[in-house]
Amino acid sequence: MLAYIIRRILQSVLVMLVVALVSFALFRFVGDPINSMVGQEASIADREALRDQLGLNDPFLSQFATFVTRAAQGDFGISYRLQQPVMELILSRLPATLELALVSGVLAFVFGVGFGVYTALRRNGWVSNTIMTVSLIGVSLPTFLIGVLLIWVFAVELQWLPSFGRGETVEIGGWTTGFLTPTGRASLILPAITLGLYQMTLIMRLVRAEMLEVLRTDYIKFARARGLSNRAVNFGHALKNTMVPVITITGLQLGSIIAFAIITETVFQWPGVGALFINSVRFVDVPVMAAYLMMIALVFVIINLIVDLLYYAVDPRLRVDRAATRH
Amino acid sequence: MTDALLSVRNLRVEFPTRRGVLTAIDDVSFDIMPGEVLGVVGESGAGKSLTGAAIIGLLEPPGRIAGGEILLKGERIDNLGAEAMRRIRGKRIGMVFQDPLTSLNPLYTVAQQLIETIRTHADISESEARKKAIALLDRVGIPAAARRIDDYPHHFSGGMRQRVVIALALCAEPELVIADEPTTALDVSVQSQIIDLIKEICAERGAAVMLITHDMGVIAETADRVAVLYAGRIAEIGPVRQVITAPEHPYTAGLMGSIPTLTQTDARLVQIPGAMPRLNAIPQGCAFNPRCEKAFDRCFKERPAPVLRDADGRKVACWLYDAIDTPAKEQANG
Repeated sequence: MLAYIIRRILQSVLVMLVVALVSFALFRFVGDPINSMVGQEASIADREALRDQLGLNDPFLSQFATFVTRAAQGDFGISYRLQQPVMELILSRLPATLELALVSGVLAFVFGVGFGVYTALRRNGWVSNTIMTVSLIGVSLPTFLIGVLLIWVFAVELQWLPSFGRGETVEIGGWTTGFLTPTGRASLILPAITLGLYQMTLIMRLVRAEMLEVLRTDYIKFARARGLSNRAVNFGHALKNTMVPVITITGLQLGSIIAFAIITETVFQWPGVGALFINSVRFVDVPVMAAYLMMIALVFVIINLIVDLLYYAVDPRLRVDRAATRH
Repeated sequence: MTDALLSVRNLRVEFPTRRGVLTAIDDVSFDIMPGEVLGVVGESGAGKSLTGAAIIGLLEPPGRIAGGEILLKGERIDNLGAEAMRRIRGKRIGMVFQDPLTSLNPLYTVAQQLIETIRTHADISESEARKKAIALLDRVGIPAAARRIDDYPHHFSGGMRQRVVIALALCAEPELVIADEPTTALDVSVQSQIIDLIKEICAERGAAVMLITHDMGVIAETADRVAVLYAGRIAEIGPVRQVITAPEHPYTAGLMGSIPTLTQTDARLVQIPGAMPRLNAIPQGCAFNPRCEKAFDRCFKERPAPVLRDADGRKVACWLYDAIDTPAKEQANG
């Protein structure tokens, strides 16, 4: 078990190094950051001086080595655009994104699994058919359109909910949270639905398909033949077996929720890292872009690791080392 | 026949499809006495497993019981509500499925599955249920049951898993066990062990067995009576000795002729020509008529009903044995 975890962590480090290399190399071709940092009247000598100061004249490998060592220590340099340490910038924006992702992730998972199980068990009911039809819309509408539609209905027409920003926030030990104020909570609703809707329909369809598959298996038939109650069969036996593959997809979806927050954050002017990234792209702010890519990669790697460990906890067949000693 | 444990009367199972209604089981009647082993044989698709599923109330939709009745100790169970039927499943009628590798939930230990089932049917504590479960596993021949009980299904071999399945089917002490091809998926070497175990343990508890199989050898060794199914109808039913040594229905005779014996000197085994008709193409009259060497006019026009042939209760559905003056015919229909 321990060897397995160590092996997985080493793999994760390798993945991170590759991502670092890709992002670092890619951004060298995005454009010359010097142009956007200095005014048009800056002399060539000034530009060269700045170039030297930023270390842009060093050989590629040494630049990369510096980048990786500093990144490992949480130092992604200074933002070209805002002249602030990148790490500080990202940390100040991260709570907004994480809170948004958490709320939409929980929404997507709870409703996705709930609707999925319901539609699998009541396969031919009209409620199920309605849910399935509506979910098609959720899958096929682009995120920004859903966001705009929600703003139009709930913020413009009904004026129930705010259309942009985070509302008031409270700072607790360096973490700004919108959970504790009424405006903060109200501001979360629309962006969270926008961000989570696609994931919810995806999880729902997956759970439904998996559950229908599981309900056809012999062990479910045998469980029914033993006279177990419907509840025990559906939720004790079928749901647990359904969740094994669902866990992987849901885990990966959580990663993409954070990554795709860019669009939702732009639509709702949500002050998170996604919006920060979009602005950085406009100004070729390479350190921020690199740090953002690294952060997203790290999120994916960590989630994958957790998913693998969860697998291990849920499915006894994977605990091979223990089984091998029996027999 | 009121003392029968299970009584199936004119059972008819249908599958409504877009192209019309398919009748998978048509007018099947038989009884199982308490403690008796009834073998049910037939080719694939003859309706053996469906009969079992219909009895235990687990027909897969859209399949449904369209006619007849099923009586357990004189009480109808084919029209019970879902909850009442659930209480009968496991508690009064147990079931053993074909493939032990897929019959157990891979995510739960054997102990969890046994204890859950025991406690569903009996109001006892977790630790009592566990003791009972260990005793059961011991009885079905799991070595070191007290230790192995906390293993997961994948830690057991196929034969051992089928023993666990049998323990699960028997843990609420049902009066009838339906064993649906319990050895088909197992190694030949463990097949007879499992059959012996089912027979022994059911005899010990006074449980009747409905043994569904296509293996005539198993039936010969195990069953008291045998029912031969063909295209969803009973061709012949009666005491195992008579049916095997002196089959009367041409189909049964064909089945018997196709079994190799040690003393046989013929070069080739006898084979029944053709294949069983599909459900949407069952011929008029006797369903066996296209393959029957002895078929005559009447077989193509009228469908034969099982007719009582002798004092031992053998019934045969064949016009060959229908003499106009036999009083037995009325008796069987009545």
